Amino acid sequence: MSISPTAENVLEVEDLGVSFDGFKAVDGFNFYLAKNHVHVIIGPNGAGKTTVLDLICGKTAATSGSIRFKGKEMRGQREYRIVRAGIGRKFQNPSIYENLTVFENLEISHASGRGVIGCLMFRRTAAIKKQCDDVAEKIGLLDKLDTEAGILSHGQKQWLEIGMLLMQDPEVIMLDEPVAGMSVRERTETALLIRAISKDRSVIVIEHDMEFVREIADRVTVMHLGKILAEGSMETVSQDPKVIEVYIGH
Amino acid sequence: MPLFFRTIFKTRGEAIAFGSFLVLLLVILPLALPIFRLNLVGKYLSFGFVAIGLVLLWGRCGVLSLGQGVFFGLGGYCMAMFLKLEASDPVTTAIQTTPGIPDFMDWNQITRLPAMWEPFHSLPFTIFAVCVLPALVAFIIGWALFRRKVGGVYFAIITQSIALIFSLGIDGNQGLTGGRNGITDLRTLLGWDIRTENAQMILYLLCVVLLFIVAIGAKYIINTRLGRVLVAIRDREDRVRFSGYDVAMIRAFIFAFAAMLSGIGGALFVLQVGFMSPSIVGIVPSIEMVIFAAVGGRLSVLGAILGCLVVNFGKTTFSEAYPDLWLYLMGGTFIAVVMFFPNGLAGLLEKIPTSKEGFGRLFSRFQKSSTTPPAPTSTPLRDEH
Repeated sequence: MSISPTAENVLEVEDLGVSFDGFKAVDGFNFYLAKNHVHVIIGPNGAGKTTVLDLICGKTAATSGSIRFKGKEMRGQREYRIVRAGIGRKFQNPSIYENLTVFENLEISHASGRGVIGCLMFRRTAAIKKQCDDVAEKIGLLDKLDTEAGILSHGQKQWLEIGMLLMQDPEVIMLDEPVAGMSVRERTETALLIRAISKDRSVIVIEHDMEFVREIADRVTVMHLGKILAEGSMETVSQDPKVIEVYIGH
Repeated sequence: MPLFFRTIFKTRGEAIAFGSFLVLLLVILPLALPIFRLNLVGKYLSFGFVAIGLVLLWGRCGVLSLGQGVFFGLGGYCMAMFLKLEASDPVTTAIQTTPGIPDFMDWNQITRLPAMWEPFHSLPFTIFAVCVLPALVAFIIGWALFRRKVGGVYFAIITQSIALIFSLGIDGNQGLTGGRNGITDLRTLLGWDIRTENAQMILYLLCVVLLFIVAIGAKYIINTRLGRVLVAIRDREDRVRFSGYDVAMIRAFIFAFAAMLSGIGGALFVLQVGFMSPSIVGIVPSIEMVIFAAVGGRLSVLGAILGCLVVNFGKTTFSEAYPDLWLYLMGGTFIAVVMFFPNGLAGLLEKIPTSKEGFGRLFSRFQKSSTTPPAPTSTPLRDEH
């Protein structure tokens, strides 16, 4: 059912599990993320989707299994090391610095000078400015660079956080429900954005909206009660009787 | 140099406020006040070092420490040990059972100088210890706690307990530390009598100059990327962590830096006041130090210095008249500031010039802030330095 590990996989998650006081939130989870793929994880509420992201980015410590990123074990590493290795994560609710401008939000996410000394020595160089402009253009906020991030619309805040991830230039980007609360037009634009950024990096998306998943997904994993129920293309998965039973049928 | 200047002062108004405050402390007060009063101001200003540290640690980074007295005490005790050794030469202490050791040791039947005291014969070592020892202790405590993501109220309670343990530890080891009486009767620094009026004037000026160097350093930090990251950690810790910053390390660093400033303040306190005792390092003084920063404005470096002067001046005048009421008044002031003026005096002063609109905002703050929690939450990032 799952594709087997190959050299083209950026991220290989095997037998991943976590239990909270005996409750297995994620159990025996296998997941192979191919290079430049958009891989969507769907599943009913409580299936353990967000927990999987928490485990990969180190927010929650896994109790079993392995998480290999480009062949290197990431499980047990501290969060900032996982980020610096090249795995970026967007939270479900837009998590931005509301009192900073869009430009400053992007700048603070720039990958240079993240140590104490680096922070003290950090200078706003032309290269960094240009990168901020480029990212702002990608996320459609080029004309909002000097706007305080707190007054952006909900959709723009979501894009800004995606932009902040792009500033880190990670090889894997994990997006937790990026289109929740967005208008139809914003969804379409977000789908285009995700397709665009997956040209040179891999993206994991958690999403509920089936139309949206159909638009963006190269591959879909369906989770149920902490386990994988089905995996494959959107067509295969949506015709799987088990999937229809627990999820799509509802 | 102009770039450095611009990094420190974002606006002309800031530079003017800074300059006039410096002139007030460095020129006007020494000319206007009798030396006794000036010495008191110097004593208040030595708490300014702690308050500036708290601006970075609490105001900017959102970490409330109720144990800054520990670091103030570490710095102060290092300096006091040096001065005490100098005051305990064999000639002066000839009447003791063991001449050449501090008097309180002799009273406690100690016959040899404890090893811990030996290095404090050297002034360079003492100055080194004043700066490094508090920072080292703070870094170890901070690193241990922040790595385990201990923060907020828990951090405040733990640091408060450390303040208690520290003051009890000093209290209980009379032979080693002078116990409850502290280390008293300090006289000379490398043969220079620090009790004369002349010396008190010079030490006051030294205190002001060092305080402003530290203030400029703090403003520099606030205006670099580190300053922005500190506020980002306060407001959105997880986002900062998942932008690849080592949040625990940055917090431990700023805690250690604040501790170093406190230690320098403690040393200057001892030089100007002439003694050190556990009553200056325990829970109550540690909380007082937080109040200085809160009243002055926990986001503002100048505000913190102002807070030290105002609260201490109030303490001196008010506690002379009504000694029993002072603690209640100070507690009440703290609650009022946290609830109604989260940005303290500095926040108020900045609002006044905008007249009508300013008062309107002030009033709306009154209504809004009844739900404001004691920890800083949504204070603007880029105003009030």
